[in-house]
Amino acid sequence: MIYDVAVIGAGVSGAMIASELSHYDMKVALVERCNDVAMGTSKANSAIVHAGFDAIPGTSKAKFNVEGTAMIAATCERLHVPFKPIGSLVIAFTQEEIDTLEELRARGVENGVPGLEILDQAKLRAAEPFINEQALAALYAPSAGIVCPYELTIAAAENAVINGTELLRNFCVDKIEFADGVFTVSAGAQSLQARYIVNAAGVFCDTVAEMIGDTSIPVTPRKGEYMLYDKTVGHLAKHVIFQCPNPMGKGVLVTPTVDGNLLVGPTATDLPHDEKTNVATTAPMLSKVISTAQKSVPCLTTREVITSFAGLRAHLECDDFIIGPSEKNAQFINVAGIESPGLSASPAIAVYVKDLLVEKLDKAKKAAFEPGRKAPVRFRHLSQEERRSLIAKDPAYGRIICRCETVTEGEIRDAILAPAGARDVDGVKRRTRAGMGRCQGGFCGSKVVELLSELCDKELNEITKFGEGSEILYERTK
Amino acid sequence: MLNYDIVVIGGGPAGMAAALKAKECGVDSILILERAESLGGILEQCIHTGFGLHYFGEELSGPEYADRFIKLVHEQKIEYKVDTMALEITDTNVVYAINKTDGLLEIQAKAVILAMGCRERPRGALNIAGTRASGVMSAGTAQKYVNIDGYMPGKKVVILGSGDIGLIMARRMTLEGAEVKIVCELMPYSSGLTRNIVQCLDDFGIPLRLSCTVIDIHGEGRVEGVTIADVDENRRPIPGTEQYIECDTLLLSVGLIPENELTRAVGIDLDPVTSGAIVDEYRETSHPGVFACGNVLHVHDLVDYVTLESQTAGEGAANYVLGKKAEAAYIATKGVNGVRYIVPQKVNLNNGNDVKLYFRVGQTYKNAAISVKYNGEEILRRKRPRLAPGEMENVILKKEMLEKFEADGLIEIGVEV
Repeated sequence: MIYDVAVIGAGVSGAMIASELSHYDMKVALVERCNDVAMGTSKANSAIVHAGFDAIPGTSKAKFNVEGTAMIAATCERLHVPFKPIGSLVIAFTQEEIDTLEELRARGVENGVPGLEILDQAKLRAAEPFINEQALAALYAPSAGIVCPYELTIAAAENAVINGTELLRNFCVDKIEFADGVFTVSAGAQSLQARYIVNAAGVFCDTVAEMIGDTSIPVTPRKGEYMLYDKTVGHLAKHVIFQCPNPMGKGVLVTPTVDGNLLVGPTATDLPHDEKTNVATTAPMLSKVISTAQKSVPCLTTREVITSFAGLRAHLECDDFIIGPSEKNAQFINVAGIESPGLSASPAIAVYVKDLLVEKLDKAKKAAFEPGRKAPVRFRHLSQEERRSLIAKDPAYGRIICRCETVTEGEIRDAILAPAGARDVDGVKRRTRAGMGRCQGGFCGSKVVELLSELCDKELNEITKFGEGSEILYERTK
Repeated sequence: MLNYDIVVIGGGPAGMAAALKAKECGVDSILILERAESLGGILEQCIHTGFGLHYFGEELSGPEYADRFIKLVHEQKIEYKVDTMALEITDTNVVYAINKTDGLLEIQAKAVILAMGCRERPRGALNIAGTRASGVMSAGTAQKYVNIDGYMPGKKVVILGSGDIGLIMARRMTLEGAEVKIVCELMPYSSGLTRNIVQCLDDFGIPLRLSCTVIDIHGEGRVEGVTIADVDENRRPIPGTEQYIECDTLLLSVGLIPENELTRAVGIDLDPVTSGAIVDEYRETSHPGVFACGNVLHVHDLVDYVTLESQTAGEGAANYVLGKKAEAAYIATKGVNGVRYIVPQKVNLNNGNDVKLYFRVGQTYKNAAISVKYNGEEILRRKRPRLAPGEMENVILKKEMLEKFEADGLIEIGVEV
């Protein structure tokens, strides 16, 4: 079989593109090097929908950011992913920074960002009671918001799979050959054929492009470290709070998450080209995260931190997204350099790439397709009455597995059995929040291992944290 | 809606002892809710011995200790539901809980006894840098894998923290054929019991390194090693002392946190030091009719003391249900001079019984004394050849003494060297 399109990389860009393509009459493969979707940049970033005032007018970043942000609410609704349009604030501490706010506002207006407003100190304090008293003013952007990046990716991948996309996991592309208008994409002993390739490989997009001789997009993996706080301090920020941007990015932000935690970060450290999987956190950078975040919200301490993590983003020399056919092969579409605001831009990027391929392949929309997915049960959000009737229908929802986040056995089962479902402990965590609370899986971890073993028909010691090589248990005891 | 006089949340040693005592005091309508598949709580995975020396005068394993109470629960025909999770307690002592067979339970209780135990502090709370590799887990999780599931969670092990579960697991993993390379303790002293350091580390030649911590975790899939470093008096790593240790597993035994989610949600006042409720000598919280005992109240070293404390709470809850609760005339207790906390935090003078005050010190002392003061005046002094944070202390206030006190007075306990 020859696929019409092979999308390489099941991050938010790849999954959203596959989802869009899956509504059309074409055969699509979504290939991913890891054991799950959303395992690269899409699992560890700021989880922000940016308003779109940062990018220089006329760039792809500016265009896709503003378009994507305008689409995000409807996209999330369709895919049953929580999105909260809480707005963002860029805070200024000096007159010079207030001038920067004016520049950002002017840039935002030019980019088409709606509703921008500069708040004086009194208004800022009213909006953010815990903000540093020395913050003088802020640029308020009402269209900004927060969304869970891996949940959006998972939902998009699920939608694609429901509509017939083939999701191939642990498919780490190492060779691409092109003959007679068809690509042969190899991953070790596995291979597939496709007429078009979408290169959405994140920090590996240059590696993949080089396989067809395209060396135009060398990536610098840029590491960002974050700390996630307990829900008990989630109220310390009401908006996404940025400091004034610097040349390495938008600086350290303080933001609530859609789940009610508080997230601070990221740092920005450029890594050597060969460290594309280095997501280790470092002591100096974690202390930088907290000290910088304290400049925005001084009462933050490390006491309520429940976990820290790092993510890599694909930074290009041109500091812009590169989206379109490669100069080396018009059937090879690069979706490269998707760093911030890539999450915000993803719905617009997906539609753009879909339009391109629909035209090239001349395919029509399917007569019938699923636009979204089945809304996942979220037991913790239900009323007692709803819980009662749910358990009566399906007793699996009557057993709590993760008590910190109130996740039931039924939800974990659903996550494992879903289209594009979880195959490992971290996959269950991202889909259900089991293990994501303050005890970080101390109580539920072993129960999730048991459920995976049961539902995937594997031995306990075959269950992994995040794919082969991350097994949790060794052999049986004596 | 179901109705019970007393609902006990948690069927571990605390919950069972409280329920049994309440029954003995004349309350018949009691329901225990337990989230695990059986009664017994964490004792079920503690297959080592050392339980019961104080309470039974014999050395029992955890399951044996639990089993004695489980048998009594059956004999006394106390009702319980396993595989049942309490979700919420309301202002009016309605308990919501769920399980697979009953669905959502709504139970009106006259009194509620909180006995949910504690949980282990995770890696994130320590902010250890490094990768997210598989093989980092709490000592208690490893204990469950080994003792309940029968699988080894690692072969070459480093343990951070010398809490009792960490020490016990150092021995357990060694007995199962793993190599335990080192136990690192951030503090200059161990928080574990001396007998555990001797029996679990010294006897097996496992080194315990004090004032030392893990500063980095290596490995992409599975842990491949950790970097440890000595720390200064401010617990900051000392540059130049870093040492790489190859291992596939890092077990964490870095403290226990009372599991007070339900408590907090109902608005009960908590003690910031214990992370448990503020209680009187019957372990009644700030919410009338809600009692707390065992590790959900403060972390104990020995289950024997959990049992004794829970019996007190059970008696208090029974008194409450039977309308025998005394009029309030409270004095407060307060730890000073090296005493980190005291439980109970207040004492009702009208109860007219001897009251045992439990407390913990914040560092080790030799040849020190415990001084108990009432409104600034010393009323009791006890010599202690050795005091350590890992070993809970107590003093008894005799009822004759209490009779001389007046409401709103203050009892202070401090260390004097």
